[in-house]
Amino acid sequence: MEIGLRLAVSLAQIAAVMGVVMLTVMVLTLAERKVLGWMQDRMGPMEVGPYGVLQPIADGLKLFFKEDIIPAGANKFLFTLAPILALVPAMIGFAVIPFGPSMTIELFGLQIKPFVISDINIGILYILAFASIGAYGIILGGWASNSKYSLLGGLRSAAQVISYELNVGLAIVGVILLSGSLSLVKITEAQAGGFWNWYVLAMPFPQIFAFVVYVISSVAETNRVPFDLPEAESELVAGFFTEYSGMRFAFFFIAEYANMILVSCVAAALFLGGWNAPYPGTILEYIGLERIAWMENVVWFAVKVYFFLFLFFWLRATLPRLRYDQLMRFGWKVMLPIALGNIVLTSIAAYFFPR
Amino acid sequence: MDHIFFFYFAGVIAVTSLLVVALRNPVYSALALLIMFFHVAGLYVTLHAEFLAAVQIVVYAGAILVLYLFVVMLLNVKTEERYHNQLPVAGLLGVMLCTEVILLLIQSRTAASAVPGDPVITSGNTETIGEVLYSTYLFPFEVASLILLVAMIGAIILAKKDIGDTVQ
Repeated sequence: MEIGLRLAVSLAQIAAVMGVVMLTVMVLTLAERKVLGWMQDRMGPMEVGPYGVLQPIADGLKLFFKEDIIPAGANKFLFTLAPILALVPAMIGFAVIPFGPSMTIELFGLQIKPFVISDINIGILYILAFASIGAYGIILGGWASNSKYSLLGGLRSAAQVISYELNVGLAIVGVILLSGSLSLVKITEAQAGGFWNWYVLAMPFPQIFAFVVYVISSVAETNRVPFDLPEAESELVAGFFTEYSGMRFAFFFIAEYANMILVSCVAAALFLGGWNAPYPGTILEYIGLERIAWMENVVWFAVKVYFFLFLFFWLRATLPRLRYDQLMRFGWKVMLPIALGNIVLTSIAAYFFPR
Repeated sequence: MDHIFFFYFAGVIAVTSLLVVALRNPVYSALALLIMFFHVAGLYVTLHAEFLAAVQIVVYAGAILVLYLFVVMLLNVKTEERYHNQLPVAGLLGVMLCTEVILLLIQSRTAASAVPGDPVITSGNTETIGEVLYSTYLFPFEVASLILLVAMIGAIILAKKDIGDTVQ
């Protein structure tokens, strides 16, 4: 009975988070085109609905009804498996993201944390583990398509994701050293009480370098401009998903956007204080509305995540694509030494100024 | 409940390990290995070793196996037949190993039945591993890092063939 109830509550939480993520993906597809349009002094999509706000629904319907083509000579099993392998790791990471304050409410005699699906004590490692699985979808999709453009796109992506994953992991180590925990909930709680406690600025050693390395590397890991080498149009048609159409293509597309949201959530939680407001406490608490103070926290989290998502679009409108050897040299010879140096300095600072 | 999970994970590990060597398409072998890594991580979780489980996936599934796939795809090996002619040798070794396992099982029946150690739940899995690794097992840890360093230098020397020319 209790297990059944717990399962039902967990499933409800998962459904709610998945719903929000999918909704955000829909918003992002429109927001990206609108932001790019605004930056390039044009309108963006305007046809479907007022100001084009129904464009994501039209796009979704179009992809849903498109013919599903499996190219001749493709490996049917892996061709089908690859989009799923790309999408699942992107979605599964949200299980440990704290969207709001860590409070427990009691429902039917069960202790429930409403804003995090599962507060496991290795949260950030869990996200890194599943992020590294995402590469399989891309590599296998490229290989199974039986097309040289797809294969080259997939191989490029494999090299790129492995290289930059390393930098993401090393950039996070500084924050872990300062907080002494791998749980995203505990890391966020340690940054409460104003923006000077956020790890990007916090004493004894601000993680500003780690923050920059993390943001650049996560842009590379999600294969976005200026690191979108795996799908460089001018060289590789559309990269690893050249041969994909219909819903299978949509899976890759959703996976890319879900990954963007995930890395933005991690960046917000690790470096910018997660759901903490930039001032101590919350305004709603001061004016006597403690019961709905969590709303303010959730809004702050959303603001931080959307700031990062805007940054993705901004980069896309601003920067040209790197060449492949530049990408690799930048990752291994610039990002990696900075991340390693940051770990050494943070360890020294954490040793001399223990919390 | 614990037993159900153990037998599920152990069974899948055994089956997929067999598939890794039995399948003819190297890409399928790599995928079977991926499934095996995940179930080994699952076994760690049932033992309350979450840190090891996550590291297992990050290191083996996320990095090493991706490199394997990379090589398999670059070589474009469709099927690998070389190792399927070793049936007599493999059979002989298999019979020997099976005999040993059966002998061990009989021995453990007669002797005091082996009790698995209690899972260590003290201050948290990650902290415990860190403390043990840097105190009790410091020397083996340093030796392992030295070996890895040597391997790294070796790889650089192998890859950089013109290293002698630039010095002169």
